[in-house]
Amino acid sequence: MRAIVTVHLKEGVLDPQGKAVHHALHSLGFRNSEDVRVGKQIVVTLRGEMSREEAEREVTEMCEKLLANTVIEDYEIEIIP
Amino acid sequence: MRAAIVRFPGTNCEFDTEYALKRLGVETTIVWHKERELPPKIDLVILPGGFSYGDYLRSGAIARFSPIMEGVREFAAKGGYVLGICNGFQILLESHLLPGAMKRNENLHFISKFHHIKVVSRDNPFLSKLEEGEILNIPIAHAEGNYYVDGESLERMYEKGQVLLHYCDSQGGYANPNGSVDGIAGICNEEKNIFGLMPHPERACHPLLGSEDGLKMLKGFFD
Repeated sequence: MRAIVTVHLKEGVLDPQGKAVHHALHSLGFRNSEDVRVGKQIVVTLRGEMSREEAEREVTEMCEKLLANTVIEDYEIEIIP
Repeated sequence: MRAAIVRFPGTNCEFDTEYALKRLGVETTIVWHKERELPPKIDLVILPGGFSYGDYLRSGAIARFSPIMEGVREFAAKGGYVLGICNGFQILLESHLLPGAMKRNENLHFISKFHHIKVVSRDNPFLSKLEEGEILNIPIAHAEGNYYVDGESLERMYEKGQVLLHYCDSQGGYANPNGSVDGIAGICNEEKNIFGLMPHPERACHPLLGSEDGLKMLKGFFD
């Protein structure tokens, strides 16, 4: 089982990388780019048998403890069986 | 007077920090991060600058879980003085020993240069020897020094005198090299025994280095 964790800065927290990429897209002529947020993806391969709920619980704990800094970041978890 | 300087894998300012403290006549011990306890009878613990754990994931995010951080936490809980410089500051933020968080610099560059800073509050042991509004010239060297804290917390920090230093120009006017909220360069906790700043006082500790202002700051801990 794998968990795909996406971490990005919270809405309302200015994202300097996102802003730079947004400007770059504009200068390349992509006028439809309205806003860009840059985040990171962390893929965790889980050992052993566990239910989706157990996996979600454990990965949530990983996020709260280490993978995201919840002062400025939000995270999303997708479990792939 | 004795200080412990913690070394994580990737720390690179421990010897500069040791040198600066020696100039103040302070005895120093470098402590490896795998230790669980700090040496006895110390007046100050410094988490120095560098790139602990290669800055992987986020600056300070992994160092926060090093065994020595338990000792640092206990030392701080008893009122001991803790100072985080640059990466050390980032570790204290990740540990939630100080409020807020660091983001990439606004211009996304690693900035390494002398920068002026101004004393906002001297009502704490660290900056008690300086004057309010005093301007210092101290090197900065970081890619993630864009300090963030939410508006409500920021207001409370000002009320409690927790905002210690603002970046400024040579005349004390507004200047912000990295996009930090309000141009903040240094803060402390509410109890005023845990301090963090991005500038490197240990790199401004000798006339040959262009400034001795860093010594003026560090002196505050050793009356």
